[in-house]
Amino acid sequence: MTAIAQTLDRSIEPRAVGLVTSTLTITRRTALRYARTPQLIVMATLQMSLFFLIYRFMFGGAIRAGSIPYVDYLVPGFVATGVLFSGIGAAVATAEDVENGFIDRLRSLPIPRSSVLAARAIADTAILALAAAVTVAIAFAVGFRLHGGLLEGLAAFGLVVLFGFAFEWLFVTMGLFAGSAQAAQGMGMIVFPLAFVSSAYVTVASMPGWLQVFAKYQPLTPMVGAVRSLTLGSRAQAELGHPSSYYIARALAWAAAILVVSAPIAVARYRRS
Amino acid sequence: MTATIEAHGLEKRYGKTRALDGLDLVAESGQVLAVLGPNGAGKTTFVRALATLLRLDAGTLRVLGHDVHRDPETVRCRLGLAGQFAAVEPAMTGRENLEMVARLYGQSRKTARASAHHVLEQLGLLEPADRLVRTYSGGMRRRLDLGASLVGRPRLLLLDEPTTGLDPRSRIELWDAIRALVELGTDVLLTTQYLDEADQLAHEIVIVDHGRTIAAGTPAELKRRVGGSVIEVRTHHRDHLALIATALGRVDHGPVHIDEATRRVTVGVDGAGDQLMAALESLATADVEIDDVALRQPTLDEVFLALTGPSAADDAAAAA
Repeated sequence: MTAIAQTLDRSIEPRAVGLVTSTLTITRRTALRYARTPQLIVMATLQMSLFFLIYRFMFGGAIRAGSIPYVDYLVPGFVATGVLFSGIGAAVATAEDVENGFIDRLRSLPIPRSSVLAARAIADTAILALAAAVTVAIAFAVGFRLHGGLLEGLAAFGLVVLFGFAFEWLFVTMGLFAGSAQAAQGMGMIVFPLAFVSSAYVTVASMPGWLQVFAKYQPLTPMVGAVRSLTLGSRAQAELGHPSSYYIARALAWAAAILVVSAPIAVARYRRS
Repeated sequence: MTATIEAHGLEKRYGKTRALDGLDLVAESGQVLAVLGPNGAGKTTFVRALATLLRLDAGTLRVLGHDVHRDPETVRCRLGLAGQFAAVEPAMTGRENLEMVARLYGQSRKTARASAHHVLEQLGLLEPADRLVRTYSGGMRRRLDLGASLVGRPRLLLLDEPTTGLDPRSRIELWDAIRALVELGTDVLLTTQYLDEADQLAHEIVIVDHGRTIAAGTPAELKRRVGGSVIEVRTHHRDHLALIATALGRVDHGPVHIDEATRRVTVGVDGAGDQLMAALESLATADVEIDDVALRQPTLDEVFLALTGPSAADDAAAAA
C-alpha cells in the first residue's frame, strides 16, 4: 500500500478545458458507442433499408405520384423523414445519459457548458448522414435516378443533413426533459404524424381534406419538397407545382425556427437541471 | 488552514418541497465527513450544490475557499464526483473511460494515460482495464465510477451513497478503496443512510433531516449519546413484550423501547459483551418465549430517537 502511496502528483493543477478539446473528447465517446454497439447501427440501417424496400416494391405499384416514377418520388421523402426517426434515438440516448448520471458527471467537470450539447449534435448528425448515405446507395441500386445534376443531388443531401441537425436539437431538448429513456421514446412518437402526414410518401392531394391541412402547414412537407425538387431537376416545377426556390426558402425558414427555439431551451435546461 | 467546506444557511426549494432548509456544515481539511440521513433528508441536494450542479436559493457555500456561485469553474477543477449510479460508458473500456475524464480535467494525452493507469492500479482494476465496461460486474462499475472521480486528482471527493445497492463483498472492497484514498490525503465527503458505513469511514458525522443539520460529532461522540449499542429481543408473542421490557430494564442503562408492530424490545447499552450476558440471564428468569436476541449497532431511527425525540424519529422512519 505504501508503494501505491506514491501519491498522485498534485503539482499538476487541473485547468479548465477548451471548447474544442472537450467537444472532440465527448464526441469520440458517442462515436465509439455507435461503433461498438453493432445492434444500434445494424438495426437502424437494416430497419431503414427494409422499410425502404417495402415502400419501393410493395406500395410502389399502387401509389400514384403524378408522372414521376414512384421510386424517384419516394427516395427524397424517405431519406428526409429518416432523419426524424434517427432523432428519436438521440432523444432516448440523451434521456439515458441524464438518468444514469453521465450528464451530472459532465456538468461537474471544468469544461464549457456548450461542449456537451455540441458534441451530441455533431455526433448524431454524423450518424444520420451516414445512415442517409446508406439509404441513398440502396436507392440507387433499386432504380432511383437523379434527374437534376450531380451538384443538385449533393445539395439535396446537404439539405437533408441540415434538417437533421435542426431537428436534432429538438430531440435533445426532448431527451433532457423526458426524465427517462421510456418517456423519451414515447415523446418520440410525435415523429409519426410528422413523417407520414406529409408529402414524403404520398402526394398531399391524395389525402382526405382534414389531413391535407396538417400536411400543408407542417415543416416536413416543404423540407421534402426542397429535397425532391433538387433531385427531380427540370421536371420539378411542372410536377410539384412550385420552383425549388419556393420549397428551399420555406424549408430553411422552418429549420431555422426549430433550431432557434430548441437550442436555447436545451442549453438552459442543461444548465439548470 | 481553510476549511474544505463551509456551508451556512443553505436553502433550496423544489416547488413546495424544501430540500435544503437552512443547512449549516463545516468540513475541516484532512478528514472524511459523512452526511448521514434518511431518504429525502437533503443529502443528494447538498452534494449537487457542492458539485455546482444547481443554484441555491439562499445561503453561502464555499468549497476550498471558493464560492460555488461566483467561482464554479475553480471549484469544478478541484472536485471529483461519484453519484449514486455508475456514470461510465459501457461501450468503452475501463481505461478509455478514465482517460476520457482525465482529458476533460485538462490533462494532456500523456498525463491522462498515466493518471488513468495509476487509478486503475489503486482500485485493483488493472486486470479488466482493457475490457469493455459492459462486461463488468456492478461492484466493478462502481469502483470504476469512483476511479472516474479520482482521475482528475481532486482535492475534495464527493461520494453520494457510494455503496447503495452493492452486495456485502463489493461494499467492503469499496470501503477499503475509500480508506486508502484518505490515507493519501484526499478530503472526502460522503453521504449515506447507513450508520455502519459512516462509522467505518468517517472522522466526523453530520446528521441531517428535512434539509437541516440535526447533530454533528465523531462517531464515538454520537454513539455515546445513544448509549453505544443496542440489545434487541424479538418474540412472536405480543403479550410477552411487557415482561421482556421489564427484564431488560434490569440490565441498567438506556430507556427500553417496545415496538408492538415488529414485536421487538430494545434497550441502549454501552456495548460491552457482559451486558448482553446480564440481559440473557435476566430474560432466562422471566417466563417469556424469545425468537432472537442480538447485540447490534443503533439504527438510524434509534440515533434520531435519541437525538431528536420520538416524533422526529417517526418522520425519519416514514421518510426512509
